[in-house]
Amino acid sequence: MTKSIALLVTSITASFSLLANTEVTGSAGGELRYFLQDALYEAQERAYGSVFFSPETYTEWNDGEDSLLFKPFFRADQHDEDRTHFDVRELQWMHVADTWETKIGIGKVFWGQTESIHLVDIVNQTDAIEAVDGEDKLGQPMVNVSYFSDFGTFSAFVLPYFRERTFESVDGRLRPPIAVGDALYESDGEQSHVDYALRWQASISDWEVGLSYFSGTSREPELVTTVNDEGQPEILPYYAQINQVGVDLLNVYGAWLLKFESIYREGQSEDFAAVVTGFEYTTQGIFDTQYGLGVLSEYQFDEREDNFFALGQNDLMVGLRFIFNDIDGTEVLMGYVQDLDKSSTSSAFIEASSRISSHWRWKLDGYFFSSDDTDDTFYFLRRDDHLQFTLEYFF
Amino acid sequence: MRYISLVLLASFISISAFNGVAAEPSAKGLEIAQERKARDRGWNNSEAKILMVLRNAQGQEATRKLNVKSMELTDDGDKALTVFQSPRDVKGTAFLSFSHVFDADEQWIFLPALKRVKRIASKNKSGPFVGSEFAFEDMTSFEVEKFSYSYVGDETINGEACFVLEQIPQYDYSGYTLQKVWIDKSHYRVHKVQFYDKKGALLKVLELKDYELYKEKYWRPIRSEMTNVQTRKSTSLITESLIFDTDLSESDFDKNSLKRAR
Repeated sequence: MTKSIALLVTSITASFSLLANTEVTGSAGGELRYFLQDALYEAQERAYGSVFFSPETYTEWNDGEDSLLFKPFFRADQHDEDRTHFDVRELQWMHVADTWETKIGIGKVFWGQTESIHLVDIVNQTDAIEAVDGEDKLGQPMVNVSYFSDFGTFSAFVLPYFRERTFESVDGRLRPPIAVGDALYESDGEQSHVDYALRWQASISDWEVGLSYFSGTSREPELVTTVNDEGQPEILPYYAQINQVGVDLLNVYGAWLLKFESIYREGQSEDFAAVVTGFEYTTQGIFDTQYGLGVLSEYQFDEREDNFFALGQNDLMVGLRFIFNDIDGTEVLMGYVQDLDKSSTSSAFIEASSRISSHWRWKLDGYFFSSDDTDDTFYFLRRDDHLQFTLEYFF
Repeated sequence: MRYISLVLLASFISISAFNGVAAEPSAKGLEIAQERKARDRGWNNSEAKILMVLRNAQGQEATRKLNVKSMELTDDGDKALTVFQSPRDVKGTAFLSFSHVFDADEQWIFLPALKRVKRIASKNKSGPFVGSEFAFEDMTSFEVEKFSYSYVGDETINGEACFVLEQIPQYDYSGYTLQKVWIDKSHYRVHKVQFYDKKGALLKVLELKDYELYKEKYWRPIRSEMTNVQTRKSTSLITESLIFDTDLSESDFDKNSLKRAR
């Protein structure tokens, strides 16, 4: 497996280099995750070391009207065999004209405006095993056409292959009591079901406005508990066929950014709406220093009662972003999320990073979960508070 | 972000002679500013490679490389797209900015790791640009309507006879109460700017050096040096290459081009 991946990466990179103007960049690094409490479940460890490598090869021709991008990603984890994984983040041919562009291959797109959760962003599957913030995504095979007009950008996507969400193995932390098993699908086509998506996005003076529609396999599974042939309980991810509409808005008002995202999804065990809305207020030169300070708050609402992944049912996030405005680009973001229905359920995070030199950067992330409610997702993670230190080299 | 506009800020113009009659300080100031702008009209578009050198009070240095595409609009402020080449961890990070004469400027940032375009709050203009001594507002294009003016005298610096103007920002959210500007009489080029903070104290000094002539009409400084006199930190912008009249069009300055900027 590793050999064939290495061969694949080398041969794609080599064929790129036959073309002129090839640029190879990327990053590699090491990460240490340390869990603050003893594990809740057997086979779990206190500390996990891992290394990752993500080169990026880019070439263009026709005066940049055509380009090819290849970005594989590889992580090797000390204990969790499922976190040791390879993914093609991007392998995409792009053609650009004045009023339209096409992207064919494996790619990544981002939709939305809010910070605490990304409801509208649906094209790419979450590489959930990478980080708990859900911002790492798996490469999505796609054919994408976008049309640029004075009335905004119209995009259509055909998504011919489905990527399953990544989950921790039995050796990993941050999982339910049983490691998540093999995927179940509503569609007989399983991963080959062809999904579609449409999006419109425009900037209208002080507003950013987006509307989107998705039809196909839900990126977010529902977890199903069953008993297998050997009489052992199992937790399996079930991927239903869904239709989802989304709207995302942002308004600039002086130092304020006002943000709103909402979706309505049908096709899973219950049809539901979800909303996240809030603000970010940034002020520079606080207390006559060079520092900037951002204050964030977002309210999350989700109609679903009992869903492992519906975390923001009636929750409030408050956060602070410290911007050091220094040469090293130091930034610290910390936040606290309180469940407004269950006072014992809350979570907190801190994300800090800074540059060491023009090629090195360090990052320190911390995530903390708390719940006394046995039905809550965070109840399963209540002993999984952890700190994560990353040292990354960019080339 | 608009490095080039910065450069712009420094390019100039002549004014018709003042027939020896002393005009009102504000009227004369406005006249000089208008001539400065008029002399720079018609540059069309440009692409530049810029080296940014940041120094702290201890003299430690760090560098950044930027590619800047700029486009002149005749009926509004300019558009600019700035892409970071180094340091490597921010490679591909890009800023898009639309300067406006009357309305607040519009700015977006593209974060390549997340493939995310984020709008920047307009009040952010008083904040530092990527940890440098240049604020966002120092980078936007010079538009006459952004300030009120007062002509305060003549002075010779770098061997050039200059008009000295005081200009007060008229746009919202500026970090300055006053800017004092030295503009030479021969070509209406800016040689020096002093920036005064909210308390009226001198905060920064910008010096524009090594002017070169492009398209036989437009002067651009090869070096721009901003020194914060309060913190003793400084930032230099050095133009490594600059070409005009490239095949840029307005479609190279939108959120779609921001996402694919390299």
